Amino acid sequence: MNIDSIKNGYVLDHITAGKAMKIYELLELNKLECQIAIITNARSNKYGRKDMIKIDKLIDIDLDIIGYIDPRTTICIVKNDKIIEKKTLSKPKELINVVSCKNPRCITSVERSLDQVFILKENDKYRCKYCETILEQE
Amino acid sequence: MRNLIDISDLSIKEIDALIKVAKDIKKNPNKYNEKCKNKILGTLFFEPSTRTRLSFESAMIRLGGQVLGFSESSSSSVSKGESVSDTIRVVGGYCDIIAMRHPKEGAPLVASNKTIVPIINAGDGGHNHPTQTLTDLLTISIEKKKLNNLTIGLCGDLKFGRTIHSLITAMSRYKNIKFILISPEELKLPEYTKTEVLDKNHIPYVETTDIEEYMNELDILYMTRVQKERFFNEADYVRLKDYYILNKDKLVNAKKDLCIMHPLPRVNEIATDVDDDPRACYFKQAEYGVFIRMALIMKMLEIK
Ligand SMILES: [Zn+2]
Repeated sequence: MNIDSIKNGYVLDHITAGKAMKIYELLELNKLECQIAIITNARSNKYGRKDMIKIDKLIDIDLDIIGYIDPRTTICIVKNDKIIEKKTLSKPKELINVVSCKNPRCITSVERSLDQVFILKENDKYRCKYCETILEQE
Repeated sequence: MRNLIDISDLSIKEIDALIKVAKDIKKNPNKYNEKCKNKILGTLFFEPSTRTRLSFESAMIRLGGQVLGFSESSSSSVSKGESVSDTIRVVGGYCDIIAMRHPKEGAPLVASNKTIVPIINAGDGGHNHPTQTLTDLLTISIEKKKLNNLTIGLCGDLKFGRTIHSLITAMSRYKNIKFILISPEELKLPEYTKTEVLDKNHIPYVETTDIEEYMNELDILYMTRVQKERFFNEADYVRLKDYYILNKDKLVNAKKDLCIMHPLPRVNEIATDVDDDPRACYFKQAEYGVFIRMALIMKMLEIK
């Protein structure tokens, strides 16, 4: 595929250099059958270096996941070779079943069918809704 | 307020009102001995804590109510047993209010989402224990006759000690409080408690490893035990458990009206020669715990 041209799909742009693979993993893009291009360390006027992901299909994307990993990312939605929408992101207020609490004493480690919920606090960090352990983001 | 999961579920106004009722209960216990007639308190102890359970049960019985419940013999049985959600859905039908203790952090919050019966968190792992904090506040209010203008020494495990963290959070809302944080290097107050609670509320504090350094300034000395279950490494526990032992000699420079507190049970951190000192308040503190739990149960059942 020509990585510049997507007929119907998404271009995730301005990803902080090095974070594309993390987004790829958490969005579970490996499970898709369409073409996906990952570009790392592309030149960027604004940021120096950036990553990009191009997805050649209009799938359901969980924007919260991208906002959590890298709120700098912009998303272009492409339909019939045209960008029909550009989205900017912010950190989501709540993360539901995106990441798991690592505290072995947390109730989420034993209680069946309990959602993993993290809440964004004033200091821009996420805390587990149940045990309040701070989520360390790499 | 439907549930008490975290001490910050209560406003200062609500805490002051609870303290007022608790003091009245202390003075006129007979006035309250039928307040909760025909009401049932469920004590769901997924891990053992005899003192806390007895304190709750005594509170309900003194209000003329009844109690039912269970107490697991060890905290490990939790992982094999029924889920919190299932247990609470069942027991919620048997009682009017629930006091729940659980080894896993956040379990009472899960429970409160599954029932309309009010839930009181009676301790969830190393996380919250709001009725201990209410007990501490009542004790300070009775013994010092105020909750502001106090220099409070906190001694022992300040890292894992949940009673310490919630006491700091609760006291930070009162005026002119100063903390002296006394702990070994390894058990210092976590950075986030310093920034998010102390610094944020402009509360002055000093850290020291020496229990005697600021003894003469203290209005309150709150001792804690080092808890074995918080350590992953036995050697660390053994090395730190007897780091501080308060005895008569160390109190030489202390104020005459110092109030010595401890959430109990104690191990070695307060020598028995302190027990007869009029400044020792920890047994009274345990007794006050019943009064504040009585006031709390009434509030949550909306009984005037
Ligand atoms: Zn957690």
